[in-house]
Amino acid sequence: MVDDCGQIRPHYQQFRELFQALTRKEFENKRQSVDLAFLRQGITFNVYGDSAGAEKIFPFDLLPRIIPASEWEMIERGLVQRITALNLFLHDIYHEQKILSDGVIPPFYVLSGKHFRREFVNFNVPRDIYIHVCGTDLIRDDKGNYLVLEDNGRCPSGVSYVLENRRSMKRTFPVLFERAGVRPVEHYPQELLKMLQHISPVAGSTVVLLTPGCYNSAYFEHTYLARQMGIEIVEGRDLVVRDSRVFMRTTKGLQPVHVIYRRIDDDFLDPTIFRRDSMLGVPGIVQAYRAGNISLANSIGTGIADDKVMYYFVPRMIKYYLDQEPILPNVPTYLASEEADKKYILENLSKLVVKAANESGGYGMLMGPKATKAQVEDFRKKIVAEPRNFIAQPMISLSRHPTRVDGDYYFEGRHVDLRPYIIYGEKIVVAPGGLTRVALRKGSLVVNSSQGGGSKDTWVLYGDQ
Amino acid sequence: MLSRVANSLYWMSRYIERAENIARIVDVNLQLLLDLRNLNEERLAQHWRPIVQTTGDEQQFFQLHKKATGNAVTEFLVFQMENPNSLVSSICQARENARMVRDQITIEFWEELNRLYWFVKTPQARKTWNESPSEFFQQIKSSSLHLIGLSEATLIHNEGWWFSQVGKFIERADKTSRILDLRYQVPPEQAAPARNTQADASEADALEWSAILRSCSAWDAYKSLCGAQVSPKLVAEFLLFNEDFPRSVRFCVTELNRALRRISGVAEGRFCNSAEKLAGRLVAELQFSTVDEIFEQGLHFYIDQLQTKLNDIGGAMFDAYIFQKFNNLEDEIMVQQEEQQQQFRIRSERTEVA
Repeated sequence: MVDDCGQIRPHYQQFRELFQALTRKEFENKRQSVDLAFLRQGITFNVYGDSAGAEKIFPFDLLPRIIPASEWEMIERGLVQRITALNLFLHDIYHEQKILSDGVIPPFYVLSGKHFRREFVNFNVPRDIYIHVCGTDLIRDDKGNYLVLEDNGRCPSGVSYVLENRRSMKRTFPVLFERAGVRPVEHYPQELLKMLQHISPVAGSTVVLLTPGCYNSAYFEHTYLARQMGIEIVEGRDLVVRDSRVFMRTTKGLQPVHVIYRRIDDDFLDPTIFRRDSMLGVPGIVQAYRAGNISLANSIGTGIADDKVMYYFVPRMIKYYLDQEPILPNVPTYLASEEADKKYILENLSKLVVKAANESGGYGMLMGPKATKAQVEDFRKKIVAEPRNFIAQPMISLSRHPTRVDGDYYFEGRHVDLRPYIIYGEKIVVAPGGLTRVALRKGSLVVNSSQGGGSKDTWVLYGDQ
Repeated sequence: MLSRVANSLYWMSRYIERAENIARIVDVNLQLLLDLRNLNEERLAQHWRPIVQTTGDEQQFFQLHKKATGNAVTEFLVFQMENPNSLVSSICQARENARMVRDQITIEFWEELNRLYWFVKTPQARKTWNESPSEFFQQIKSSSLHLIGLSEATLIHNEGWWFSQVGKFIERADKTSRILDLRYQVPPEQAAPARNTQADASEADALEWSAILRSCSAWDAYKSLCGAQVSPKLVAEFLLFNEDFPRSVRFCVTELNRALRRISGVAEGRFCNSAEKLAGRLVAELQFSTVDEIFEQGLHFYIDQLQTKLNDIGGAMFDAYIFQKFNNLEDEIMVQQEEQQQQFRIRSERTEVA
């Protein structure tokens, strides 16, 4: 919000003028009524391993993050470039594997990937799209550059908060909206549905959303999206496969299903193929997929692109497939399985952030500068034992954004990141804005909802001011 | 409509109705105690025990409590989570079902149910209860009625909605019959069966019968129809057979029957599944029965049978629409693997031929 010299950035100017008219008490009232509305509407997420108050609201901060048009235009181009390259990469490694034979990526890394699905080599996914929905995490470094932190190409969640946060902001500050010129985000569900219909194997298709069920942490989002799209939300037990076709059990008997927007990971999708103990999946669904009778979004096998080791190679993919320089650069990354990198990582553990290659949600991570000696040593052992499974990055000082906090100053800077949502259907659509997550604890860099994070509305302006 | 969704809508409104009726039963009994004199411990137990019996969870109750004291019974019926049919449990289950079909209900409906849920789940509920049970029940009742209104006025009346209507009316018919039965669960010497029906009930009896009416919100309707005199026969007739009172058994079963037919599209007078057959039969029975016949065979006996019939309708509906051979997972995996093997065999045979 403020530049190096303490000046308000131009795109925040108008917002500040309007905002200053509010007294602290008025602001506080607005804040409380928004919190209450969230709880009443059940806009909550479930916390695993916490049975007493299993539902929590995702704390919402009323100060919006504002992005001027020209900055957003750059982000948008960068995201489109990235998802295009990732899809070309997935097609390639599941077919000719040219990028491997040309020596751009050492084959070992792909073939040893936990989420590389050998079974799907030479399988043609509908419309040749692998990642249909992507939620890429962006951060800004101390110089104000946007960097990609990770690509979430499996089942990224959080978009319902983008939509609900916007709804709350509009209700709370109607006047602000009128004047600020904020690009709407409300058409996201329509775009999502359009994409799902685009990949259908038949015309006049039945589209459903497959959820793990109401105990899943993102269940609110699943029902929300299904409702907005006007499609059925189904659980594994609602579906049945006969003759390689998928049906849902209805009060009028079995009805065919053609497109499944699944919010279940590959591993749990089909107990006859993947995890035998999965109670969430549908036996035979993979067979139906292979037979071309259903389409899945996202496709099976995209997990390899989420592998944090693959992340390291994305700039090379962009160069290799598109012959372009990445518009959004990566955070500098070290691979523990490269000897030189490993040496550097092990020598500098207390300065680095170490991440397990296939974990998400802030789990399996070591924040070197904040870790205890024991934690550091623990990771040292793990890295030596399984170097393929770890990467390390320098600690990036995330940009901070004024946020309402308890305490004397009332508003203080807190670290934020940004997750825009990209839909890849007939064309690639990036929802303007995305989820700004904020680490509510002072000094904390972890923004995950499961670990004390909150969110903000993200405004992309029509202009630059 | 997904079978699971239909099932959830059915149970959602059934549990809302259940919570409301528990509130009615307990509220009226607490108020009744204010009117009764000479209450010793034994008399009190005789007052409370039938209430547990009415709700049909007597076994469960005595696993949790030694004696049917006022505190134990109200705790059991209102707050105890170990009792799956307690008021708070019912609200939790209604919300759990609503959560599963969140896409089928409106934001207004969901918000109100959620508000009710948070009301009973927070310490505020106990506080209200301690200060004034009556106020507590008032809140539950009005929230439930609010929900019924929201369902009527904001939800689309599609197939799923009719399933929720079935749930609501089956529960209401059942609970009205149980409330009516309250009076008859009292041990015989207390409950002097009203054979001599022309005679006015004693003062205490009159109090109890009017309590029954009030717990069904039927007091005013009854008075305007039958006058201020409370006779057991007239009360039973009103709560069982009245055509127009929305909590009478006949009214509920008629609506239930109508809802079933809206789901299938089959006209009245015909049926396409046993739920419709049983519901149609019960409507006819209620239309063409008189209260004298019932008192001859005994009201309690009649109500017992009535409840069995309602259960059968619920069961038959489940068989017709919900329960479609839910294979267990192991079986389903076997089926799929056999199918996949079969296809593999066909494919390899073809290659051999080629």
